[in-house]
Amino acid sequence: MLGEGIVKGLAETARNFFGSYVNKERLTTVQFPEERLPQIEATRDFPFLVYDGADPEPGLRCVACQICEKECPPKCIYIVKSADKKPDATGKQQFYPAQFDIDISVCMSCQICVEVCPFDAIKMDVEFEMSSTDRFGGLLLDKYKLAKSNEYYNKIHPTEADAVDAALAEERAKAKLAAEAKAKKDAEAAAAKAAAAAAAPAPVPVETPAPAAATATGETK
Amino acid sequence: MFETIDQIFVLIKHVLLGYVPGMAKPLVSAILSVVPVIIAFPLLFAITTVLERKGLGRMQNRYGPNRTGWFGILQPMADGIKSLTKEDIVPKTADQLVHFLAPVVMVIASFLVYAVLPIGRNMVIADLNAGVLFFFAIGSMVELSVFMAGWSSHSKYSLLGAMRAIAQMISYEMPLVLASVAVIMAAGSLSTVSIVNMQSGYTGIWPHWYLFTPWGITGFIIFMIAATAESNRCPFDMPEGESEIIAGYFIEYSGFKFALFFLAEYLGMFATSAMAITLFLGGWAAPFSFLTWIPSYIWFFGKLLAIIFMFIWVRGTLPRLRMDQLMNFAWKFMLPLSLINIIGAGIWHFMPAGFMRWGVVSLLIVVSCVLLSRGLRRNKWFHVRTYRFAS
Repeated sequence: MLGEGIVKGLAETARNFFGSYVNKERLTTVQFPEERLPQIEATRDFPFLVYDGADPEPGLRCVACQICEKECPPKCIYIVKSADKKPDATGKQQFYPAQFDIDISVCMSCQICVEVCPFDAIKMDVEFEMSSTDRFGGLLLDKYKLAKSNEYYNKIHPTEADAVDAALAEERAKAKLAAEAKAKKDAEAAAAKAAAAAAAPAPVPVETPAPAAATATGETK
Repeated sequence: MFETIDQIFVLIKHVLLGYVPGMAKPLVSAILSVVPVIIAFPLLFAITTVLERKGLGRMQNRYGPNRTGWFGILQPMADGIKSLTKEDIVPKTADQLVHFLAPVVMVIASFLVYAVLPIGRNMVIADLNAGVLFFFAIGSMVELSVFMAGWSSHSKYSLLGAMRAIAQMISYEMPLVLASVAVIMAAGSLSTVSIVNMQSGYTGIWPHWYLFTPWGITGFIIFMIAATAESNRCPFDMPEGESEIIAGYFIEYSGFKFALFFLAEYLGMFATSAMAITLFLGGWAAPFSFLTWIPSYIWFFGKLLAIIFMFIWVRGTLPRLRMDQLMNFAWKFMLPLSLINIIGAGIWHFMPAGFMRWGVVSLLIVVSCVLLSRGLRRNKWFHVRTYRFAS
């Protein structure tokens, strides 16, 4: 019969219409600024720089290797390498970024910078309410705006940050061991040299004093 | 007391006219009649837009607008301010004059038809003795402005939209008029006021509406389907099919001109709904004899809102038709059925009152409806398309 389907459809929409007033389950809308859904852990939008400790200036993990700058597809990262060096996250002497800018109006949130970073220095943020009245300056973030603490990183991406922290701790331990070994070796070498230096002068007065004194001064230098 | 409340607007007008010198009386009388209509119906338009958005939202299990004002009541204000402050862009290659005139003509045509619609007892701007004819004649002006808009924009989408709109509106104007012909036959008058007066009696508690006759209900359904098509609403919104031709004939309009098209579309919808009320639902008359104490204009607007809700409901339910389905439906179903409906109305008139004429007329309409719908369905066969040169 003509119109049968139309009546069925009208009944369905009427059921939805009245049902939405009776049954709150039907309304899946989240009234955004007041209500918010919890963000899933894999949420990401723009990159930020991780620093260890309390102060972003010495704690920044970035060593200005500029790999991310080269890999960035839309070329939104701009890095200037420093002239001097400072100890990095594992305590090694490294360069640091004198300037590190990301234009988030250009950024396409591809996460390639994060994938390529060998130092776990750049990670993806979850902050999305970044509207600005200044579309050039307001969206160009410098390294002070980009720097966020490791605690923040642990808060937004717990699983990922735990893995990174474990890897870093291992590296630090390795670096510490290496440093200790080196220090030990250095100390041993110094001791040996000192011993050698101490042992050498003994026969000197007996035979030829002049060249022995010369070698001893040469070795100590 | 009841008389006073029912006639309050008429009385106010008479009191105000008393202060006017004799020479200016006709002009002031006209202004006093026209201004309330020009205020009331755009206001109804504003209310309808927010109700429509909220209603559609609820049908789709959403909230709809609920931010502006209390429960989104002020949403039309925000929309109005937005469209007023937007830049008015006119395409460089457009026919400037016609492009400007099209929305103006459309709004004027939409407002003119309200001249013959009785909003309440003794509340009609002009009681023309060819009121229904005037209504349909002025209503056809909308087609003119649609084509003006589509042609002058110099854009292929707006032209396509205008072509579709013209094809559709002309096709559906015929069942629209033929459905009302049955009422005109029964009432023996083209005047809207006397058509309403013919329906204002009661048998027991039941009113003498033309809806409560077999040809009346058929005519009403045909009229409403045709009115949906005439006002370019879903499921007959081919002229503005967003997914196909973006917005149809008003695609090149922005800002306030676009708002005028929007306004005119809704005004046209109200006008045809009001005409359906006048012809089939007894105009301003109460649906039961014991409810006659409620003022006539309240009944009119109540019925109008009920029909608007039907429009919204249908819009929330049905998808858009295809052009050939639309045309087949108009020419192969609606037009023959409205002609048979006229015959039915004639038989009803000449047969003695009683169950006999109910049976005969209902049978005629039901049988022809079934046969015509079978005819529509017969075209729905599919076949493997063969390509002569490709294989």
